Amino acid sequence: MNCPECDAGLGIPDDAVTGEIVSCPDCGADYEISKEGSDVALKQAETVGEDWGE
Amino acid sequence: MYDRIRKEEKMLRSEAEAMGHDAAAVDAKAARMSTDTTAPGLGLDGAAVLERCVSYYRGLHVTAALESMGVSVTNRFEVAERCGNKMFMTLRLNRRGVPTPRTHFAFSRDAAMEAAEGGDPGYPLVVKPVVGSWGRGVIPVGDRDTMDAILEMRELSDTPLDRIYYLQEMVERPPRDIRVITVGGRAIAAMYRESPDGGFKTNVALGAEPSPCRITGEIEDLAGKASEAVGGGILGVDMMEDRAGGGRLVVHEVNNTVEFRGLSSVTSRNIPREMVEFAASEAAA
Repeated sequence: MNCPECDAGLGIPDDAVTGEIVSCPDCGADYEISKEGSDVALKQAETVGEDWGE
Repeated sequence: MYDRIRKEEKMLRSEAEAMGHDAAAVDAKAARMSTDTTAPGLGLDGAAVLERCVSYYRGLHVTAALESMGVSVTNRFEVAERCGNKMFMTLRLNRRGVPTPRTHFAFSRDAAMEAAEGGDPGYPLVVKPVVGSWGRGVIPVGDRDTMDAILEMRELSDTPLDRIYYLQEMVERPPRDIRVITVGGRAIAAMYRESPDGGFKTNVALGAEPSPCRITGEIEDLAGKASEAVGGGILGVDMMEDRAGGGRLVVHEVNNTVEFRGLSSVTSRNIPREMVEFAASEAAA
């Protein structure tokens, strides 16, 4: 699957799960993975918020 | 309950399944609830929920909703609320007699500057945002000019919490701190966190190197007291070795949705398993 932003290969691992974040190695865009069976979809990941952390 | 799957969430789910639990990862971002929503309606009747959101406010509000339906959430709302705000946490630790760095609170720019300039705590000091983690916005301040620049930046922010000023004494310590994970008030594992470049911040999220730390009687006692002070549950208790106090430990932070990938790499304890066991026992109680 390629990056919707820059078309570079994202290299999503086979064991990736829904909710996991993948970063484009070329442009750095972050995407959240959504999996249904073997179908993988991407949506723009949320940006880090001020209240994020532990 | 998550909003971003990290290594920790994968480990928790894997352990829960290995223990025979019917485990599911639920995306808080996709959750919708109303005043009519019930635990059975969400498929959570009798369930143990581990709240693992990286967004503090999202996790806190989801917890409020689930608890109102009678769902067992770890950590409980009151614990999350106390730990997610450094001022509330520090007040709680101090009131319960847990040694913690001397901290001043101010509620305007002028009062914050007066506190800094008043020599109590005096420079150097550390300015921290009351909400936030991973070391963001934590700034060591050595003089008036730096303090003034920070206050000016805060003034330009639209965030109401930027009007709350948390000024902490700079504890003279080795270039490391100690992270202890407590489960149900027991210290189960500990590590030293050393900043990679000898810098001020020791967050693993910023590249700090974890190394094993033996749980001494002092660490065990202090971690237990810190856990009790905020209401128990699953916590990450951060301590510093105070050189001025002869190496005596002080607790500077208690974390609510603790990350443990770093600590898991230097301990033989199965941290996710102990967390799942605790959450399940809380739900069964």
